[in-house]
Amino acid sequence: MLTLYIIMGSTELKKIDINKVRSDFPILKREVNGKPLVYLDNGATTQKPKQVIDAIIHYYEEMNSNVHRGVHYLSQISTDAFEVTRRKVKEFINAEHEHEVIITKGTTESINIIASCYGRAFIGKDDEIIISAMEHHSNIVPWQMLCDEKGCKLRIIPMTAEGDLDVETYKTLFSERTKLVSFTYVSNALGTINPVKEMIAIAHQHEVPVLLDGAQAVQHLKVDVQELNVDFFAFSGHKMYGPTGVGVLYGKENFLNNMPPYQGGGDMIKEVTLEKTTYNELPFKFEAGTPNIEAGIALANAIDYINELGLEAIKRHEDELLAYAIQELSKVKSIRFIGTAKEKSSVISFLIDGTHPYDIGVILDKLGIAVRTGHHCAQPVMDQFGIPGTVRASLAVYNTKEDVDVLVAGLNRAADMLL
Amino acid sequence: MTINEKQDELIEDFAFYTDWMEKYEYIIQLGKELPLIHDSYKTEEYIIKGCQSRVWLYPNMNEGKIDFTADSDAIITKGLVSLMVKVLSGHTPKEIASADLYFIDKIGLKEHLSPTRANGLLSMVKQMKLYAIALSA
Repeated sequence: MLTLYIIMGSTELKKIDINKVRSDFPILKREVNGKPLVYLDNGATTQKPKQVIDAIIHYYEEMNSNVHRGVHYLSQISTDAFEVTRRKVKEFINAEHEHEVIITKGTTESINIIASCYGRAFIGKDDEIIISAMEHHSNIVPWQMLCDEKGCKLRIIPMTAEGDLDVETYKTLFSERTKLVSFTYVSNALGTINPVKEMIAIAHQHEVPVLLDGAQAVQHLKVDVQELNVDFFAFSGHKMYGPTGVGVLYGKENFLNNMPPYQGGGDMIKEVTLEKTTYNELPFKFEAGTPNIEAGIALANAIDYINELGLEAIKRHEDELLAYAIQELSKVKSIRFIGTAKEKSSVISFLIDGTHPYDIGVILDKLGIAVRTGHHCAQPVMDQFGIPGTVRASLAVYNTKEDVDVLVAGLNRAADMLL
Repeated sequence: MTINEKQDELIEDFAFYTDWMEKYEYIIQLGKELPLIHDSYKTEEYIIKGCQSRVWLYPNMNEGKIDFTADSDAIITKGLVSLMVKVLSGHTPKEIASADLYFIDKIGLKEHLSPTRANGLLSMVKQMKLYAIALSA
C-alpha cells in the first residue's frame, strides 16, 4: 500500500495552472508604454504575488512592533511571525537546525558576513580562496576586499567557451593554504547550473568549507543543504517572489559558533557593560539591530507560495518554457546565444550581431517588454566572451509561451530598425 | 543660429513624428550619420563610461568656438549624442557653459538623460559643459 502511494504520489506531478498563477500577480495586469507588460527580468527580481503583498499590509495594519524585545502583545506576535519564517526557511532548504538560519538583507549581505567574519577568524596572509570565473560581483568584490586587507589570494575556477565551469582544473587549484571555496549554484548571466554536489565533495576532500551562492537557484530548484553537505548557503527573498531587503545565510552550526559577530548592536548581545559585552547565541549573534521585519515575515508567504505550486512543477513549467524560448529565439536573424551549458536554468543571454544590447533594450522597453541589458554585474564573464554585455531574458513561473512570442516579435522589430 | 534657435528647430522637426517608432528611426538615422570621432581620440582619455553604453567626446577649439566630435558603441545613444553635438557645436565656451538644454525634454526623450539609464549621455552633457568652462578660463 505504502509503495503504491509513493508511486502514485511521484507520478501525479502537480501542473501549473498558469491563469491562476498569473492572476496572483497584480502587476502583470498593468501596461507599460501602452503595451501589456511582458516581464522577463526575473533574474534581477521577481514580481510578488498578492499573498506576499497582503502579508506586508497585514503586518503594518495589525502587527507592527519591534521583534525579539518587548513583552507586550504586538511584539510577541510580530516576533512569532518573524520566527515562523526562520522555521519555514529551515524546512525549505532542509537545514538541521533553525538557529543555522540567519536572516539577512539579502545574498550580498550573506556573502559579506562570511567574508568578514569567517575571514577575520580563519583567513590570513598568503592564504587562498577559490572562486569561479562566472561569479556575480557580489561573490568577487567581498573576497578582493578581504585579500586587500589580509594579504590573501584568489584562485579562479575557469569557465569553458560554453559557459560550464572547468571542474578538472578546479581540482588542481587546492593547496595547503586554501581556506574557503565560494561559487554560484546557477549563473545569473548565463543560466549555467553548476555540478555543485560534486564540487562541494571535492573541496571537502581537501577539508575546505564551501559557500554556495543560491540567489539564482532557490526559486527554480529544490535545495537540500544537508544532502549537498554545503557549509554556507546564501540567497535573497526578492528573487523568489518575496520582498526586497530580506535574505538568508545558512551556516553549519559549528562554523557559525566559531565565527565572531558581524555587526555590533541590539539583539546580538547577551550582556553589555561599558567594559565588556558577551554575545547572544545563534542565530541572533549575526542579527544586530532591528531587521526588515515586514520583509522577514512576508518571506514565509513567498515560501508557502512556492511550496503550494511545488518546485518540481515550477521547474517543469520553466524548463518547457526555456526549451520553447531557445527554439523560437533561434529563428531570430543574427542571434547569438551566450552560454550554452549542458545544464541550464531559466536564463537566456544573447546578442543580435551588429547591434548593441542597450539599443535592443530601449526598443523592447518601448514595446512593453522588460529584459536586462548590460553586463549583469558579472563583468569578468563578459570579458571572457569579449563582449560589452548581453540581452538577458530570465523566466519565472508566471511567464508563458505568449511572452516568448512577444519577445521574438519585439526582437525582429528591433533588428529591422537597427540593422 | 543660437543654441536656443537650434533647439527650437529640433523640437519642430520632432513634432512631425507622431509615434515612437518614427522618432527612434530618426534618431537611429542620425546615429548612423554622426561624423565619427577621429580614431586617435577614441581613447581612455576621451571616454565617458556609462554602465551600458560608452561615449567618446572630443572638443576642438577653433577661433574662439568649440566643435565637438563624438561616438558611441550603441546606435540610439549615438543618435542622441549627435543631437547634443549639433546643438552645442560651433558656439563659444561661455554660450555652451550657460546653455539650458530643454529640447530633450520637449521631444520626449527625457528618460534617456535619467541616471538609471546609465548610457553615458547625462555624463556627456556634463562633460561638454566642463570642457566649455575649462576652455573659457
